[in-house]
Amino acid sequence: MKRPFAMKRVPLLFTFALAAVFSVQAASAETLKTVKDRGMLSCGVSQGLPGFSSPDDKGNWTGLDVDVCRAIAAAIFDDPTKVKFVPLSAKDRFTALQSGEIDVLSRNTTWTLSRDTSLGANFTGVTYYDGQGFLVKKSLKVNSALELNSASVCVQTGTTTEQNLADYFKGNNMKYEVIAFQSADETVKAYESGRCDVFTSDVSQLYAERLKLANPADHVVLPEVISKEPLGPMVRHGDDQWFDIVKWTLFAMIDAEELGVTQKNVDEMAKSDKPDLKRAFGTDGNLGEQLGLTKDWFSRIVKAVGNYGESFDRNVGAGSKLQIARGLNQLWNKGGIQYAPPIR
Amino acid sequence: MSIDDVRSPPPQYALRLKRALGGRAGWGGFALQVVFVIALAWIGYEIVANARANLETQRITSGFGFLRNTAGFDVSQTLIPYSGSDTYTRVFFVGLLNTLLVSVIGIFFATVIGFIVGLGRLSPNWLVSRVAGAYVELVRNLPLLFQILFWYLAVLAALPGPRQSISLFNSFFLSNRGLVIPRPLAEPGLDAFLIALLVAVVAALALRYYARRQLFQKGRAIDIWPYVLGLLVGLPLASWLIFGGPLSFEVPVLKGFNFAGGTRVIPEFVALTVALSTYTAAFIAEVVRAGILSVHKGQMEAGASLGLSRGATLRLIVVPQALRVILPPLTNQYLNLTKNSSLAVAIGYPDLVSVFAGTTLSQTGQAIEIIAITMGVYLLLSLVTSAIMSLYGWRLSRSLGQ
Repeated sequence: MKRPFAMKRVPLLFTFALAAVFSVQAASAETLKTVKDRGMLSCGVSQGLPGFSSPDDKGNWTGLDVDVCRAIAAAIFDDPTKVKFVPLSAKDRFTALQSGEIDVLSRNTTWTLSRDTSLGANFTGVTYYDGQGFLVKKSLKVNSALELNSASVCVQTGTTTEQNLADYFKGNNMKYEVIAFQSADETVKAYESGRCDVFTSDVSQLYAERLKLANPADHVVLPEVISKEPLGPMVRHGDDQWFDIVKWTLFAMIDAEELGVTQKNVDEMAKSDKPDLKRAFGTDGNLGEQLGLTKDWFSRIVKAVGNYGESFDRNVGAGSKLQIARGLNQLWNKGGIQYAPPIR
Repeated sequence: MSIDDVRSPPPQYALRLKRALGGRAGWGGFALQVVFVIALAWIGYEIVANARANLETQRITSGFGFLRNTAGFDVSQTLIPYSGSDTYTRVFFVGLLNTLLVSVIGIFFATVIGFIVGLGRLSPNWLVSRVAGAYVELVRNLPLLFQILFWYLAVLAALPGPRQSISLFNSFFLSNRGLVIPRPLAEPGLDAFLIALLVAVVAALALRYYARRQLFQKGRAIDIWPYVLGLLVGLPLASWLIFGGPLSFEVPVLKGFNFAGGTRVIPEFVALTVALSTYTAAFIAEVVRAGILSVHKGQMEAGASLGLSRGATLRLIVVPQALRVILPPLTNQYLNLTKNSSLAVAIGYPDLVSVFAGTTLSQTGQAIEIIAITMGVYLLLSLVTSAIMSLYGWRLSRSLGQ
């Protein structure tokens, strides 16, 4: 990998030593080239969160976050399998992105101002509009989060969840005890063993983790949603082309749903005469090439993972075990807020 | 002929300077050292400058300004007052104190258990020595992380929930939320009580000093323990009767999900302390055994022939000599225990690594600064521990006349 910036400053030998000491990469505008040379996209995902990113019994990664990475790989290589998934804890995810270990972080990460500005990385969009909620045992007979005074709460460390929790209990003048764990698994285990009364996380995650419990029906997600958690992919600062590619891959999935293009009908739709479809499929103009990709980037993406709605249904929605309603994640013209700029 | 009459050789300052600076290699060696130091400083400077420049181009925030920002998260065990609206600096101290707490208590118990087991292995009693041997072999051969998880997940998590907790006198409660005990509250009589206790302790020490002088100088043995007991119990008791009780207790009551009132020892702390002290104790036991075996067995026989009991021989003759051998490896074990306490992250105990190098790091993203601070702290803790142990070793060898 080239480090043009460091080269100017110090002789080769020291560059070598420094690369070992600090895995901080020089801002490189060549992520796309690096990915192509490697023949693989390196994508940071969670350590196993059903619906978003988790390996199945054969070791294949599936999920909404995984689909974003597969879509990027499809757009570049026309092959959604050319992705190396790197499982990361909440705590390690940003360091992995900063150090260049991964090309894109697609790991149910909440978009906040401080993360967007101080980490040397940018959010490229929102894959899932989430909010924080509480999971409790039915036997506690709690109906509202406002009844949780003096409860013990299990939470995963290094998340926005931890801070929202503090804000919420303080704002409602309630006391609580927080026990913070490194991984989601440890957190859920502690909740299940009775160390805590409550497990708090993004609502989607609560539904996903509930499936892992011994008896999911004994647990209930409380109605209160106490925060905004827009989850989205992240890329490093300093490479606008790569930023555009990741951003427009997600937009392409959302636009595909709006245009009615699905995994099944993609070949038929590609022959359509409608101007917006012609632009998207590259039969008119060269929008794909402007991104640094090929003309057929749009159909590659849809063929590989389907449109946003299909991916949602398959991973977290009606077609999955999680059974999460579209809600806010419905398209803007169907009552939700998912909205992508036009491909033109 | 006295020494003054011998004419001293010329001072040869230049030669001495050369020796001191360059060693045997002379001025050449000195120049080489200077070059080496300059090169080292330059490499250090380039590392820092390069990292800074790179961080800046990527617009990753750097510097220590984040320490003044609001943390915004809570911690389950704090020895100093702390809330989510305090700064990251305060989080740092909360974590540091939690690390120190578990280290100090762990070192204390590890030493006590270690000495008992180490002496037990040397016991002439077959059963005691075998039990001690089995303990050492079992505990030191299992990974520490595994033992921490064992205590946390297999032992403490198996306790009943707070509503079914095991209670003692309706004021001590043991559940999977930890041990809840009555909290002592200061009453008006506390000051007088503490003063009385202090006076009693000072008087008892003075008495002991007097008795030892009498024993060493005049060979008169005085039994002082009845007086000491009288002082230590009598004086505080008198103050209690005159000025009223020093403390009252706030008894915990089950309210809502958890106990309200009282003081709580969280299970994460218990699991970590138990695992660290039993694990380190196994190593200390071996250190102690080796130290005692290094004292010639003639010393033991000499003690026996003087008519001393086995216990007295060990206490007065063997252990003081063995300590010289024991001390350096014992220091090692103390350092290991302190560093191993960072495994706390596995069970959610809020130590320095968990709240500072963990939560704070992921919230601010300033890995280089935070890791540097954390490394510095562990280095400092280890150096201070070594220094204290060296001081003790120095006093010990002085008192043994070496």
